[in-house]
Order: sequence, then C-alpha cells, then structure tokens
Amino acid sequence: MSDVVRDTVLRAEGIGKSFFGVTVLSGIDLEVRRGEVHGLVGENGAGKSTLMKILAGVHAPDAGEVWFEGERVTFTHPRQAMDAGLVTVFQEFNLLPERTVAQNVFLGREPRRAGFIDRRAMISRTRELLTELGVTFIEPTARVGSLTVAEQQIVEIVKALSFDARVISMDEPTAALSDHEVELLYAIVRTLTARGVAVIYVSHRLKEIFDLCDRITILKDGALVSTDDADALTPGELVRRMVGRPIQSYFPEAIEGTTIGGPRLELRGCGNDQVDGVDLVLRAGEIVGVGGLQGSGRTELVEGIFGVHGFTRGTVQLDGRPARFGSARSAVRGGLALVTEDRKAQGLALAQSVLDNALLVVRSVFAGRTRAARARVPGILSSLEVSARGSDQEVRFLSGGNQQKVVLAKWLVTDPQVVLFDEPTRGIDVGAKIAVYQLMRELAQAGRAVLMVSSELPELIGMSDRIVVMRDGRLAAELPAGSAEHEVLAAATGTTEAADDVVADPRVAEPGVADPDPSGVGKGDAP
Amino acid sequence: MKRLRIDSTVIVLAILVLVIAIGAILVATVGRSFFSPGNIRDILTGMSVLGLVAIGQTLVILGASLDLSVTYVMSLASLIAATTMNGNPANIPWAVTLTLLVCAGIGLANGLIVTVLKVNGFIATLGVGLILQGVLNTSFQGSAGSVPWAFQLIGATGIGPVPISTLIMIGLAVVVWWLLGRTRTGAHLFAVGGDPEVARLSGVRTKPPLIVAHVLCSVFAGLAGLLLASRLGVGSPTVGQQGGYALLSIAAVVLGGTLLLGGRGSIWGTIGGVAIFAVVDNVMSVMQVNPFLKDVVRGVVIVAAVAVYSRRAIVRRRARFGPGGTRTGGDAAAAAAAPDMVAAAVALEAGAKDTGANDTGATDAAATDAGGEVRS
Repeated sequence: MSDVVRDTVLRAEGIGKSFFGVTVLSGIDLEVRRGEVHGLVGENGAGKSTLMKILAGVHAPDAGEVWFEGERVTFTHPRQAMDAGLVTVFQEFNLLPERTVAQNVFLGREPRRAGFIDRRAMISRTRELLTELGVTFIEPTARVGSLTVAEQQIVEIVKALSFDARVISMDEPTAALSDHEVELLYAIVRTLTARGVAVIYVSHRLKEIFDLCDRITILKDGALVSTDDADALTPGELVRRMVGRPIQSYFPEAIEGTTIGGPRLELRGCGNDQVDGVDLVLRAGEIVGVGGLQGSGRTELVEGIFGVHGFTRGTVQLDGRPARFGSARSAVRGGLALVTEDRKAQGLALAQSVLDNALLVVRSVFAGRTRAARARVPGILSSLEVSARGSDQEVRFLSGGNQQKVVLAKWLVTDPQVVLFDEPTRGIDVGAKIAVYQLMRELAQAGRAVLMVSSELPELIGMSDRIVVMRDGRLAAELPAGSAEHEVLAAATGTTEAADDVVADPRVAEPGVADPDPSGVGKGDAP
Repeated sequence: MKRLRIDSTVIVLAILVLVIAIGAILVATVGRSFFSPGNIRDILTGMSVLGLVAIGQTLVILGASLDLSVTYVMSLASLIAATTMNGNPANIPWAVTLTLLVCAGIGLANGLIVTVLKVNGFIATLGVGLILQGVLNTSFQGSAGSVPWAFQLIGATGIGPVPISTLIMIGLAVVVWWLLGRTRTGAHLFAVGGDPEVARLSGVRTKPPLIVAHVLCSVFAGLAGLLLASRLGVGSPTVGQQGGYALLSIAAVVLGGTLLLGGRGSIWGTIGGVAIFAVVDNVMSVMQVNPFLKDVVRGVVIVAAVAVYSRRAIVRRRARFGPGGTRTGGDAAAAAAAPDMVAAAVALEAGAKDTGANDTGATDAAATDAGGEVRS
C-alpha cells in the first residue's frame, strides 16, 4: 500500500502447463515486487494453485521462464526453490503433527554440533523466529498436533522464514481461521513486507485481498486477465473480471409438462460439524443448483442430506413426514440418491462389470428386488446410451462419460424420488454432459426433486430453476434462475456491490456478516 | 471434545506398574515372593532377547515398515556364531563380527527392497525370511557348532540380580534413544514414517533413514541370536522361530505406544512393552498356569492396550461448526490462544508503526509487551 515502486524480485513469463493434454495454464505473466503483497485471484479451477506449484518447483512448466532475483531459475524440487528463498505455504499443511515446532521448522536442515543435532540451537533459533513475528505464545518444544490451526499456520510461516525467504506464497491461508486469527495473520504479513519480503497471497475472500494486497492478478480459465494496483479495482469489477465467458454449452430446456409441485424434501435448521443452519426445500419438478467455492461445504451439504456424514441438528421432512438419515443406507431406503463427486473412488466398483455396478445399490439395499431390477437394467443402459462392449465389461475400461452413465443407471434402478448430484459433469465429454442434463430434466418432469452441486457457473445457471450459494458452511444466498455469473460469484465470495465503498477502510467487517468487528476485538484488549 | 493428551510412554509405564502390582498380589497368593532377587533375575533375563529384537523392530516401525525376517536372522546368527567359534575362545571376536556383518547385509537387502524396489515391508521381509528359512533348512540338519564357556558366561552371569544380557540390552536402548533424538537420521526416520511427502518436500532424502533402520533391525536381531547361542551353547536353525519373536516383537512395540503406521513412538515405550510381556509370562510360570492360557492372556493384553491407544483418534477433517470449531486443539485451546493472538497482532502493528521494519529491537520490545500483558 505504499506508493514507492519497488524492484522486481520474481518474474514469470509466458508460463504454460497442461496435464494429460488438458491445458491448465497458458501465457501467464506474473511480476512480484520486493515488499509487496501480490493477490492472486480467480474462480475454482482458474489455475491459481497450478501456478503456485510451478513457482514452488512442485510442477515444471511446459512453457515459459521464471526469473528470481534477476536470474533465470528452473526448480525441479521444492527444496531448491526454498533454498533460493522462494517458499510456499500450501493449503494442506506440510507439518508433522507428532513432532515439535522446532523439529518441524528445521526438518531436513537440523543444526548440528559435532555430528549430533544441536537441540538447544534449534530451539533458540525457532524461538527467535517466532519472536520476530511477535509470537510468544508458541513453545518451540510443543508438539505441532497440539496447536490450533492458526498456530500451525504460524509455524508454517516460521518454517518459510527460516529459509531466509524473499518471496512467500500463501495458498488460502485463512481458510480455517477465525477473525482474530486472521488479524494476527494480517499483522504478520505486514511485518514481512516491511522487511522487504514479498508475499503472494491466494485467497477466495475478496475482503482479505483488498485489505492486504498492493496489486492483484486475476486469472480465468488458465489465462491471465489483468494485473492492477488494488486501489484501481473495486470488488465488483474484480468479480466481473473473474467471470464472463461466451456460453458454449448446450443446456436443454425444461421438458413440456414439467410443473413445480409441492415440497418433497424439507430441511429446517440442519447442521453438523461442517455445515450449519441449512434451510432448504426441494420441490417436485424443480432443479435446485448449489453454487459456492471449493471448500464452502457443498459436498458436505449433500453428504449431510444423504446421511453419509449426517446432520446432528435440525429437522428433515420427506414428503411431509419427519425423516432422519443416519446412514447412506437409510437415505437410499427413503428414496434418495447421491451421484458423488468422485466417480472412481465413491461411485463405482471399478473392477466389476457394468451390470454388477448397475445393480450395486439394489443388491445391497433392496435385495428382494434384484431380479426385477436386473430385467430393467438393459433398458436403462440403452436409454442412457451407455456404450460398452457388453454389460459384462469392467467399468474401469469405459470412458469417464460412460462411467458416469453407469453411476446414473445404478441409481435409476432404485427409482429414487430425490436425486442429489455432486459435480455430475466433471471430467466427462460433451455428449455425456448433455445426457446428464437431459436426465435431470426427465427426473424433474416425472415429479422428482433434483439438487445439483456444480462449480461450473454456466452449468449452474443454465440448468437450475433456483440457485442457492454456500459460503463457509452456510447457505449465503438464494438466487433466481438466470442470475448472472458475477452475482453467483459475488455471493460465494461474500462481496456485494455495496462493498465498493468499503474498500477504503479495510478494517470494517463485511456487510451482512454477524461476526464482531475484528479490529474492535483488538482495540478492546490493547493496553 | 477436550481430551487430555498423555504421552504414550507414560501410559505404558502406568500399565507396567499396574501389571506388576497385580502380578505381585497373584504371586503372593501362592505363597511366593514376586520381588525376590531370583524372580527379578528371571524377569530381566526374559526381557533381554525380546528387548533386543523389539528395539530393532521399533526403528523399522517408526519408519512405517515392518520386519518379519528377524526370527530367521536370529537362528542364522546363532548358527554362524556357534560354528565359527567352534568351542575356541580365540574365535569369539571374529565370530561376533562375522555374524553381525552377515546380519547387516540381510538388513541392507531388506532396506533396499523396501525403499528402492518399493515392496511393502511386510511382504519384502516375509520373502527374505522365507529365503533364509530355506537356506537354514538345507544347510543345517539340527543344532551345530559349539559356544565356548567364555561366551556362555554373557548369558549366564549378572551383577546382583541384574543379568549382563539385560544390561547390554538397556545400554543399546540408550544408544538408539540417542540416535533417534540427536541425529539427523533419527529425526528423518520419524519424518519419513510420519508423512513421506512432507519429508520429501522439506528436502529430506527419504530412502537412507529407512535403510539404516532396516540394517539396525537385522543387527539387533543378530545380537539377540548371539545371546540365544550363548545361552544354548550351540547354534540352532529353529531357535528364532520357536520363540515367535517376529510377531511378539511387533506386539511389544505396538504395546509400547508406537504407531504401527509410523512416525510416532519411543524406545522406552517399547522397553515398557517388553517388560509387560516379561512380567505377565513370569507371573503365569510362577503360578504354573496352563501354557495355552498364557497365549490367551498375551493376546488379551495386546488387544486391550491397542484399544486404549486408538481411543485417541486422529482428526481427519476439521470441524467447521460445533465443539472444537476450526481448531485442532478444541475450543478451550482456541479460547486460550485468542488473547495471545490479539495481543501479538496489536503489538506487531504498533511495532511496525513506530519504527518500521528492520528495527527488530522494537519488534522484540513490542513482543515482550504482548507477553507481559498476557501474564498480567
């Protein structure tokens, strides 16, 4: 937030990367200046994490160059990047919970004296690093597993600093932190930048981006949109730049004769340790879309409904009768179906045949109906246009799209009344996507209730009769059919158009959030 | 839920004390003294062989591997030693060296198979064990060689009620404890066993610690074999298998609080586990319990102890709502940390405003303020 233009410490030019023939990043330029906080934003799947991993030396780029401290660098191992002073604090913790703080900080570089680990030096050096960050409440000898998430985050940062980092990238550092913990993180980031350390800050939370960042780079679909001074952007403008693309996909219209009827599944105040305060009604003939960022609790919501990780609070009514699903089995018995996000791990028995997979649920839950179901399977498979060499082929040899159709067949034979789809079109071809969309419409026409979780905004908007948006484990907003992409994203990130004038004062809490003003907490305890 | 975390070594020692107390009472009921020098010597003697094997086993299990070949290594060691000594005291140094070198070679093979060929430790050492069994069965038709009296004394003498063999075992446990705590190899073994990916990303070379662990494990099995040879006076191709030392040592390690998945544990826990087995065995021998019931009791002890440890669940997904909130340490830990966090944040901001960055003195002072405030 200073006007001084500082010299460049890290520069990436024309970075490109593809996995298995799918281009994830192309032509990315990024320039990070000494002592700045550089925000990196984008939707789910925009390529932020991949870019971070390339800079950290986890992945090698297919194209482009990285310059660090004026020299061209090609890191082939994360440790090389760390030793050079380019350290990444990844989203998933890179700490050993069973070891102490000091042991974690100096893992792989334990100071030695006469060939043996110099524990005293290790501990005192760790304490120094902690003290430099103003942290006196973490003991270097404490076991990491006994620390809070925020404290573990600090340990990660200390580990980064122990490498004499010139650039620290942080991937979603506040995802699991509470308000005052975020405040401390802010303070630490400011301390770092004042020392001349550059911070690359990846976050979905736009408020934090505007609170902290000097400049902001926006990615979309693996391409660079813009890099601007934070002062030159408004949250609204930022969200608009993150979205907006020509509609290429085809979404079938509702089938004639589809009417939205009465409630089939009603959730009132439902919650468990992952989601909270869920009020949601799924009506016959209606497709409800669930939007939200990764980690906002969408999968946890459907798992809660389906009893995989059941609700511990609130009431559920199925067709007007109270219901409680404590296991997937009870949910299936109640007429629910869940098309899981991870097809291979959770949807299919890969080494079994198409027929066995199609009968998986019936056999285990409605064993008495197996014979009747077996007779229906060929018809269902052909109506879904599953292309397999035969119903005895193992599903692992099928394409992603055909595998997904087998998952759908598995549920259709149970004749479900409420169908939950979690990312139903992830990783499948266009033809199969359309088949999935068509099936949803058919289910709706038959008076079933449909819930679809999706990260793809065009799909969410194109298919849903109503969109609910999740944020931090709660339903943050409900939007009508045909809402704009940026409206969904704004709800998911907690930005509103009204937030534009908030930018000037970063300490003001997000509008519409009931949490106490974080700065107020700080002032209250100050001497 | 708030759960007080007690170090597992403490639990093991507590169980040991409990077992000793119960044992002493049971032994007293048949009119014998548990704490008589003779009985203590019996218990300690019983600990030494299993203790040596279990120390080595602890190392490989910390590295998230296993060693099932130890029984065959023990038998082989007893044979190599006895045949090389051949009754001549002058051969003792050379025989011991040769035995341990062969054992180290087997351990190296185990380690390389596990790390380089990436064969699961269970299968790798099972295979090596079978190979050794084949070699033993074809080369020896029964007991062979002869151990000179000077070497037999190691297994037979003691200082007061404490046998020399137990002292050697405890001494080596101290060495291993030092190795785990004070060398990079030890620290890296914990890291590799705990999470190989974290270790790798931190720049740890992940293969050497595990190879070293396997080599040491086989060497310790070799030492146990030497001790058995010294007690028997001959080498035997079945002495290891008869004792069932492979599974028993794994059981002792797990009983000692070391995580079978690797990354957590201690050598003293293992010694505690071995002691528990020794005491249980001793009490049952003194009371002349049916030998089959012995195994039943051992089995119950193992299952019960591990059930106690697994109560301390591993958190897989952090709760967002409800008790515990987003904190691994639970609400209480988070609440306790909150004022410190706020104070530190305020102090940092103040420090940054005062003098700017590079003045660490200011930051230190601010930090001290924060600390003082918390205390007051």
